[in-house]
Amino acid sequence: MTEREKPHTFVVYVENKPGVLNRIASLFRRRGYNIESLTVGHTERPNISRMTIVSSIGEGAAHRVEANIYKLVNVLSVEDVTHGTTISRSLALIKVDAPEESRHRLMEIVRVFRARVVDLAPRSLIIEITGAEDKIHALVDVLRPFGIVEMVRTGQVVMRRGVQERAVSSSPKPAQDDARPKEPKTGTEPSGANALVEAEHPGSV
Amino acid sequence: MNERSSHSSTPRKLTGAEIIWECLERLGVEHVFGYPGGAILPTYDALTKSRVHHVLVRHEQGATHMADGYARASGRVGVALATSGPGATNMVTGIATAMMDSSPIVCITGQVGSAVLGSDAFQEVDITGITIPITKHNYLVTRADEIAVSLREAFQIAASDRPGPVLVDVTKDAQLGSCEFDWDAAAPRAHRQVPDFFPTPAKLDEAAVLINESQRPVILAGHGIILSGAGEEVRRLAETADIPVALTLLGLGAFPASHPLNLGMMGMHGEAWVNQAIQESDLLIALGMRFDDRVTGKLNTYAQKAKKIHVEIDRAEINKNVHVDVPLIGDLRGILHHLLPLVKPNRHSQWWSQVHVSKQDSAVRDIQNLPDNGHLYAAHVINDLWRETKGDAVIVTDVGQHQMWEAQYYHHEKPRSLITSGGLGTMGFSLPAAIGAKFARPDAEVWVVAGDGGFQMTMAELATIVQEKLNVKIAIINNGFLGMVRQWQEFFYEGRYAGTPLLSPDYVKLAEAYGIPGLMVSERSQVVPALHASRFHAGAALIDFRVEQEDSVYPMVPAGADLDAMIRRPNPLVERPTDD
Repeated sequence: MTEREKPHTFVVYVENKPGVLNRIASLFRRRGYNIESLTVGHTERPNISRMTIVSSIGEGAAHRVEANIYKLVNVLSVEDVTHGTTISRSLALIKVDAPEESRHRLMEIVRVFRARVVDLAPRSLIIEITGAEDKIHALVDVLRPFGIVEMVRTGQVVMRRGVQERAVSSSPKPAQDDARPKEPKTGTEPSGANALVEAEHPGSV
Repeated sequence: MNERSSHSSTPRKLTGAEIIWECLERLGVEHVFGYPGGAILPTYDALTKSRVHHVLVRHEQGATHMADGYARASGRVGVALATSGPGATNMVTGIATAMMDSSPIVCITGQVGSAVLGSDAFQEVDITGITIPITKHNYLVTRADEIAVSLREAFQIAASDRPGPVLVDVTKDAQLGSCEFDWDAAAPRAHRQVPDFFPTPAKLDEAAVLINESQRPVILAGHGIILSGAGEEVRRLAETADIPVALTLLGLGAFPASHPLNLGMMGMHGEAWVNQAIQESDLLIALGMRFDDRVTGKLNTYAQKAKKIHVEIDRAEINKNVHVDVPLIGDLRGILHHLLPLVKPNRHSQWWSQVHVSKQDSAVRDIQNLPDNGHLYAAHVINDLWRETKGDAVIVTDVGQHQMWEAQYYHHEKPRSLITSGGLGTMGFSLPAAIGAKFARPDAEVWVVAGDGGFQMTMAELATIVQEKLNVKIAIINNGFLGMVRQWQEFFYEGRYAGTPLLSPDYVKLAEAYGIPGLMVSERSQVVPALHASRFHAGAALIDFRVEQEDSVYPMVPAGADLDAMIRRPNPLVERPTDD
């Protein structure tokens, strides 16, 4: 493969039926493409699920995979949102070594990152963080010296900004290159301070 | 779809097994190719009350190839039936064959009871899992009331857009269970809006401008022309703008071989002047073909001077192997219908003389004029078959050297007159596929042309021919080798013939064991009399042609080489240009 491989993000609406995930995963597998993350969940419409799939593949490969996903009967729509303006989030639970002496510093870090402590045990605590991938990366880097005992991440979920120009039932774009959205914006949210502000959200522990 | 309307639509209580046959009848199915077994027994029991004709095959692979041959010969959906486990896995090769060549078949398999699914029950196999990558879609049906809608959808999916195989796996309890059968309520769901990829007027204009301004255009004519029924539109396009037409293997018959604009077959064993024309072209108009590696040769030297228009119903084929300048996505016939009015009448005399010059360079294949040097060449056999049948037969070939010789020396005038496994290259395809073709077109003269290797893979279906009293003629091109592999060993492996010398039974005796008259031919003078005798025998007949053992298919583009870097014909098959 000569083209440079970078993460491509696909948003796929599918019928909520047994085997659909297998059919989609199979299209990546047969070409030897690895799936970096994959999330599936219900949507605002009954019996329709939404997947966000991230795979590091070249531009041409992404194009082929998208066209082949669309051919699956159980797929309602598929969109490669890599080049669009999107909001991207994932959630991580991070269990960190937390003896008495380092707890204060950990709490400070949690506050700065607008993360939350969701469990406190005598020698460890669990931190929950929601945000874009790079923000979670940043927190993990800061926490690593304390000793990460265990970590789980959900994988990315992605949504286009603004009014959806394509909903579940609308037609996907033709494959012609000129018809595809190619905004120069990066696919992730703004980083830095803005990211921290945006990441704030109410929720229950 | 040729659904029958004679049935009443009042709901009735039927078993799942009865629903299968009721649906098949309403979908217009006349023949089903199958093999019974435990998990499909309820369906076989209900067959006794059905009008559908069941053809007992000798191996489930044969059933799928028969369904495939039926579909390719007729354009209608072919149906194969098998039991669970080994019955289902035996279908895999046939399903993959149909997938690669866009052939509409529906395979129905029995499955163990839904209560024991996944328990490694006797003859249980995950056939829906196995066939995900080789079907357009498949269904696991666990309830009687899901059968009708699944079958109706299966037929629609198999036949629509780019056709292909669909598998419906029905558990035994779904076959045994009962429900109200309501045909109308089981209509295929409109599960998503049909996207409008159809080319905009601007795109069509763009294509028309390229065609109108081109100096050296070539049409690449593929299987999609036959599937779309667009032969007439393609002919009008070629004639209007005076464009040479090159064909793919599966495109043979899509454009008449005798038409003055027909260049011949392209690709690995295509004629040198065809590949030369493609390499020299300034515009390729690809119609219902997919730039397979056997037709492009090395991709980064392929037709570099040419702009490319690609008319294709499958969006996933666009820019897959070759970058195209103007993709037109949709049904070929519909697109050509809109494109034709924009194409200006044109003449390309300079381009044609260039093509003719390179044609003169190449060997002229009027092999009838070759003196008889005591050798029997497969090319002679095929060419004589063409002359004897006046090109009117349906030829069903296997895979290998004889397949390429057939493509070179049998001149196909009509669509669906050549049935061959192109994409998957499935040896053993021809005999069962010919059986299917004969059911689809009982009035056609159907010939199997097979090598001694491929024929031995599925020759058990000779019994099916006899049991069904079919008039299928069989020509075995017997060279005592797995010839195409031997040829590669000769060219690329210094003649080390590992695993390619091949013993055959006495095919004449074999045929006679089945009650089929057989002839053996080893001299050129016997070819026509043998063909004649077989053709006018009122039933199946077999001829064992003992041809030159170490003959090779020429010309040839070595795998991965530039398309115009061909190995030309050596003596004795090279002939000096005549005054044709």
